[in-house]
Amino acid sequence: MSCANKSRREFLGTTAVATASLAVAPGVMLIDMAHGRAPEEAASSSVRWGMLVDTNKCDSGCTDCVTACNTENGLSGDTSETGSQWIRKVELKDMRTGKATSLPMMCQHCAEPPCVDVCPTGASFKRADGIVLVDKHICIGCRYCVMACPYKARSFIHEALADQNPDVPRGKGVVESCTMCVHRVDKGQTTACAEACTKAGHDAILFGDLNDANSEISKRVSTFATKQVRADLGLNTGVRYQGI
Amino acid sequence: MMISLAKIRTLLNWKMGALIAALLTISAVSVASSEPESNSGRVPKPKIEIEKGDKCVEDEDFMRRNHMKLLMHKRDETMHKGIRTKKYSLQNCIECHASKKNNSVLGSNENFCQSCHSYAAVKIDCFECHASKPKVQPSAGFFHPIVPPATPGVAATDKESHGLSYSMRQQMRSNVNEQNNAGVTR
Repeated sequence: MSCANKSRREFLGTTAVATASLAVAPGVMLIDMAHGRAPEEAASSSVRWGMLVDTNKCDSGCTDCVTACNTENGLSGDTSETGSQWIRKVELKDMRTGKATSLPMMCQHCAEPPCVDVCPTGASFKRADGIVLVDKHICIGCRYCVMACPYKARSFIHEALADQNPDVPRGKGVVESCTMCVHRVDKGQTTACAEACTKAGHDAILFGDLNDANSEISKRVSTFATKQVRADLGLNTGVRYQGI
Repeated sequence: MMISLAKIRTLLNWKMGALIAALLTISAVSVASSEPESNSGRVPKPKIEIEKGDKCVEDEDFMRRNHMKLLMHKRDETMHKGIRTKKYSLQNCIECHASKKNNSVLGSNENFCQSCHSYAAVKIDCFECHASKPKVQPSAGFFHPIVPPATPGVAATDKESHGLSYSMRQQMRSNVNEQNNAGVTR
């Protein structure tokens, strides 16, 4: 009996890693079982999606995450004042030491989002799993949220658009920002920026569930010193930075 | 009052004859009126090109009257709760009803959404933000093969959006331009 159990455990142990990223059926990935939820199940507050950016691994001049975001969400990549920028590369330099840091900045997905507080129509909202979104069906384009955001994360769509990604509807006259690739996250996938960063070998962006003690992101956050940008505002951001 | 049997018989026969004649007239009229309505009468009906319209998520009559309510409910469920079931989703509608001619539900007054909406003078504002074309998934069996497949020499790379090759995207873009020039009711 014990022998059988042992071999069973060994089998599970050795095959778990091998099968973790294999598809068991179209659209169903075993790796999602930790966070996986059925399409008919609503997002729950037991999950808090977050991102961890390791600035030591983020190369200055590398814009792989920005490109991936633009491609995924159908953004033009226009960096003018009226352009939609869901994610930007920010270059910092400590004038005393000369230490240069490069990091991506996007919607920080605050637990207490100021954009939601000021929105007069309820279009700006936080989903149960911590993702802050704009309901463009309700948004009247007043741009209070753009003013309220301390991270300058929101932009306004000034021009009529065509040829959108069916998963990412966007249109003129409303506010938008990083959605943390909510259409991918709901399918159990990671964000486009994190995927591109890992694929390029930088591994600087880690996406995961901050509430799950066994997730990679939780382990890293509990092991290493991480910072929230403008932590003094007490917004409890979902995006954390390491090495700034 | 005494009526002879013969008299009753003649009365009955006359009445039966009249009844049969009346029935015949009614059925003839009903046969005439059951002809396609678009061919008769002075009111033009919308000409709808339905690619896969025989089995919708609900009955046809129900869908005609309530599709907007289903979509409204579904959009709130999706947006706020992240419930992404396919049934009643706009993407699912488009996947079935996009025309084979231009791979869209808009574009001409025969296209699925535009035909009825322009007939009834009801503005559709879904497509100011939402794509009017199905999401192309070459690997998962693309069942609206109107967009020509990529030229064999040019392989679609990951960096190209949604796995589309350059030529496919050009084709889609030209479709959009045609559609914009066609005066879509927006």
